[in-house]
Amino acid sequence: MSKDKSEYLINRKDNQYEVVIGLEVHAQVTSESKLFSTSSTKFGAEPNTQVSLVDAALPGMLPVINEFCVKQAIKTGIGLKAKINKRSVFDRKNYFYADLPQGYQISQFKDPIIGEGKVILDMPDGQKEVGIERLHLEQDAGKSIHDLDPKNTFVDLNRSGVALMEIVSKPDLRSPDEVNAYVKKLRSIMRYLGTCDGNMQEGSLRADVNVSVRKKGSKEFGTRCEIKNVNSIKFMQMAIEYEANRQVDLIEDGQSIDQETRLFDTKKNETRSMRSKEDAHDYRYFPDPDLLPLEVSDDFIEKLKLEIPELPDEKKKRFIEKFKLSPYEATILVSDYETSNYFENVIKKSDVKLATNWIIGELFAALNQNNLEITESPISAGNLSKLINLIKDGTISGKIAKTVFEHMMEGDKDPKKIVEEKGLKQESDPKALEALIDKVIDDNREKATEYKSGKVKLFGFFVGQVMKVSAGKANPQLVNEILKKKL
Amino acid sequence: MSDITKQSLSELIKNIKDKKLSSTEVTKAFVERSEKSKELNAYITEDFSAAIDKAKKFDENPNLDLKLPGIPMAVKDLFCTKNVKTTAGSKILNNFTPTYESTVTQNIWNEGAILLGKLNCDEFAMGSSNETSFFGCVQNPIDKNLVPGGSSGGSSSAVAAQLTPITIGTDTGGSIRQPASFTGIVGLKPTYGSCSRYGIVAFASSLDQAGPMAQNVRDCALLHEVISSYDEKDSTSIDFKRNNYVKELTNNIKGKKIGIPKEYRVDGMPKEVEDLWKKGIDYVKDCGAEIIDISLPHTNYALPTYYIVAPAEASSNLARYDGVKYGFRADGENLIDMYEKTRSEGFGAEVQRRIMIGTYVLSSGYYDAYYLKAQKVRKLIKNDFDEAYKKVDAILTPSTPSSAFKIGEKTNDPVSMYLNDIFTVPVNLAGLPGISIPAGHDAKGYPLGLQIIGKAFDEQNLLNIAYAMEEKINFKNKIIDWWIK
Amino acid sequence: MIVCDIFNYHMSIDLKTIKHISKLSRISVDKKKAEKLAGDLNSIFEFIEKLNELKTDNVQPLTSVAETTLKLRGDEVKSKNLREQIIKNSPQENEDYFVVPKVIE
Repeated sequence: MSKDKSEYLINRKDNQYEVVIGLEVHAQVTSESKLFSTSSTKFGAEPNTQVSLVDAALPGMLPVINEFCVKQAIKTGIGLKAKINKRSVFDRKNYFYADLPQGYQISQFKDPIIGEGKVILDMPDGQKEVGIERLHLEQDAGKSIHDLDPKNTFVDLNRSGVALMEIVSKPDLRSPDEVNAYVKKLRSIMRYLGTCDGNMQEGSLRADVNVSVRKKGSKEFGTRCEIKNVNSIKFMQMAIEYEANRQVDLIEDGQSIDQETRLFDTKKNETRSMRSKEDAHDYRYFPDPDLLPLEVSDDFIEKLKLEIPELPDEKKKRFIEKFKLSPYEATILVSDYETSNYFENVIKKSDVKLATNWIIGELFAALNQNNLEITESPISAGNLSKLINLIKDGTISGKIAKTVFEHMMEGDKDPKKIVEEKGLKQESDPKALEALIDKVIDDNREKATEYKSGKVKLFGFFVGQVMKVSAGKANPQLVNEILKKKL
Repeated sequence: MSDITKQSLSELIKNIKDKKLSSTEVTKAFVERSEKSKELNAYITEDFSAAIDKAKKFDENPNLDLKLPGIPMAVKDLFCTKNVKTTAGSKILNNFTPTYESTVTQNIWNEGAILLGKLNCDEFAMGSSNETSFFGCVQNPIDKNLVPGGSSGGSSSAVAAQLTPITIGTDTGGSIRQPASFTGIVGLKPTYGSCSRYGIVAFASSLDQAGPMAQNVRDCALLHEVISSYDEKDSTSIDFKRNNYVKELTNNIKGKKIGIPKEYRVDGMPKEVEDLWKKGIDYVKDCGAEIIDISLPHTNYALPTYYIVAPAEASSNLARYDGVKYGFRADGENLIDMYEKTRSEGFGAEVQRRIMIGTYVLSSGYYDAYYLKAQKVRKLIKNDFDEAYKKVDAILTPSTPSSAFKIGEKTNDPVSMYLNDIFTVPVNLAGLPGISIPAGHDAKGYPLGLQIIGKAFDEQNLLNIAYAMEEKINFKNKIIDWWIK
Repeated sequence: MIVCDIFNYHMSIDLKTIKHISKLSRISVDKKKAEKLAGDLNSIFEFIEKLNELKTDNVQPLTSVAETTLKLRGDEVKSKNLREQIIKNSPQENEDYFVVPKVIE
């Protein structure tokens, strides 16, 4: 496997293969009620307690569309710089499954609500554009539980009818890293918009991954396989790696690749064919006669445009231009909406450079260690900015600040109070420092003599001693100046 | 009063309002007659004792301002009724009891009516003779072993035999109008979107419409007024201003332009039907209406179109009957086996046939050639009507190409059975209102109906023309209660 | 009437096709039933083929006879916990779930 600067290639003997990946991301729309029924979408409820008569497909029940879900899809389309289709049609996708009560899924096949768009990825060697083919609205299915009983499968319909956005990318992705960046970027955009919470543990975001391989330089696409329903970025990457190598091996072996649906087995770390499902795949799509075509006006779309917040790409640009952040820093700080918000709150009243370093450095490390999201940070933006101001005005040193920060992590305390209570205030009074330094020189007469006779390296020793005696509180800059004079 | 059941709905309401009759007396009279009429097999589920209890309760504190004060009525078993078994004439729903009420029946109960029971129908409304019902054939009160039409066969039989003063049916391709014609009663299929489909077991969603069946036009108008409503629970329900159909009912149709479509003169149509149509034309002329010859050039393509669109929608609508959530389940070794056995044992032959047709026309490689083609032709059929309505206010045709036939006569020939709906199907395809009124008898003494087709949402005009014609025709149904021993 | 040849390709529906569509529609069909169905469907399709006489290349298919646009409802949770009601009618119940024979993947 070669990993030159950017190219992800699979090497076999004399051949190099490029991997072509397209993603169908299923993102759960953030909404109170379901796409076509009025039951709740809340996660984690008791089985079958959020199932309306419509969701259970009782005879004579009819779908009525949720306006908010339509708005969410359009907002997402705007966020993906995509074409908004003023007329879209809901189709029925017909197949039988225990957790599909209607015997069909209401989806959009020919005329989706959102057309072509794009997503910009920030890769280490520069930006990359990934095309969006379409976005459409559809219903989620229920859940089949196979391991509660030896003979039976249990069905929970709580998810049945929850609104999903299926976001289909063009086959523009070329490596597991790009897939990682793509899913994260998509999630980030939707979180900014508030259209999908992107919570992969709760299944709010999952993807079908289309993988094919071709010899490097070839313009033709290879035969693709679709890996169904992968629910974490890590698994997507592992599945792609496995599947690409499997396909290359088949080609090298002179065999052909069957276009098929495959499943990623997370325990064995391999993909395998789902042929059993393949047989029945003739979905017999046709427009749902219970629904009319969905039509939205220009006015409806324009009003939604006004609700769109500043999105990551624009925010990054502003951070770089206005705050002089490096692209790297800006990328990190805009990666999710809450972080960027936190950052902007901190710098309202404090130094940008210091704030950037403290957030990306200390804060992220501490949150990571405690497995916390930025929204759960024990240190509020207000108190972090106070801490930064204490450093900036010389009340405490950077080193002491780290101690104060640790105390703050234990509970959101005002850093000024911590400094006072623990007596951590930096000693910047020249007279007090002189006394301290005199004492240190006095205690280390021999070394002082050595220093004066040319052993300049010992300067550091004296600084250390002063800091030690002052319990780290001495203003390092002043200590340097006074020591130089005294010695 | 022994002749209670002979009274029309309007008479019954008047008598109840005048306190000459109580709801209990009326209800008991219909229950008694229904009890004596089991041979007709019009009911699937009887709810008689509950009906009498409700009637007594109504009489304790009668609200006489309601439109159907204490009026008992049975409804087609395609309407979901809360806590009363609803089968759609199918084994697959034999044990299904809804916990909810259809909007149309709810509208009826809200106006004071009382449920007598659920009436027999073709399985999932798929049939033209009521012979596909899991619960057996229904007898036409006109003659023994004669079909009552379908799919609302239990409904037409029950109204004609006076087991219920009025009823509601559903009409996907003629299922109200054809049985009305076969039994000598009035049946209205309203404009698509005027009655809510919420809570009605679906057959073909883009065609299904509930409607009233009654002994005369006035009763039909009243029941239509009650059931027609805008419903947020049905996305295809249309919010338009509904008339006060009874109040605005008039026999003055002077100057109305009535179209006569030449394409409805089909090969092999009995002379009796042709003659009846001519008579009908004379009647409307007598009323001062103007007759205009029109053309609906795609009429011949309506049935083939219907037999693609309706089965396609049905194949999908009936996918929910899979033995998982409700209804009949056959044992199976695994999920797929269970599905296949349940649906094979739970659905009757005609339903399976239509599911197969529907699955085929939607399947990969055939969609464009069949389903899409049919939707295009459907557009042409609708355009024909739009064109015609630039020149006329309504269209007059026979309701059916023949009178009622014998039970078993057409069961082995699906296509000849389908041809029964040749005059009614175009109306559903175009979403228009149509009414069948009894207009005469054939040589055997069997009733024949005429159909008036109106513009969309123009039920008032349709009812007025029917009302005027009814007066001229002065039809008397020849029923001799042969089934009562 | 203009006859459009490209649509005149309908061949009779054979047993294999019946088998395929019975699989898709999840209705088991034995040989006898399949033969009967094939006969019925062939006569029905013979009659349906009449549509091929019509040229419809420039016709827009009908989407709905209801000439109105789709109405949208507000995002409100109205349906409460109906578990008992909904599971009551299920053929094989368990207090919490719908139960089906084991699914074989």
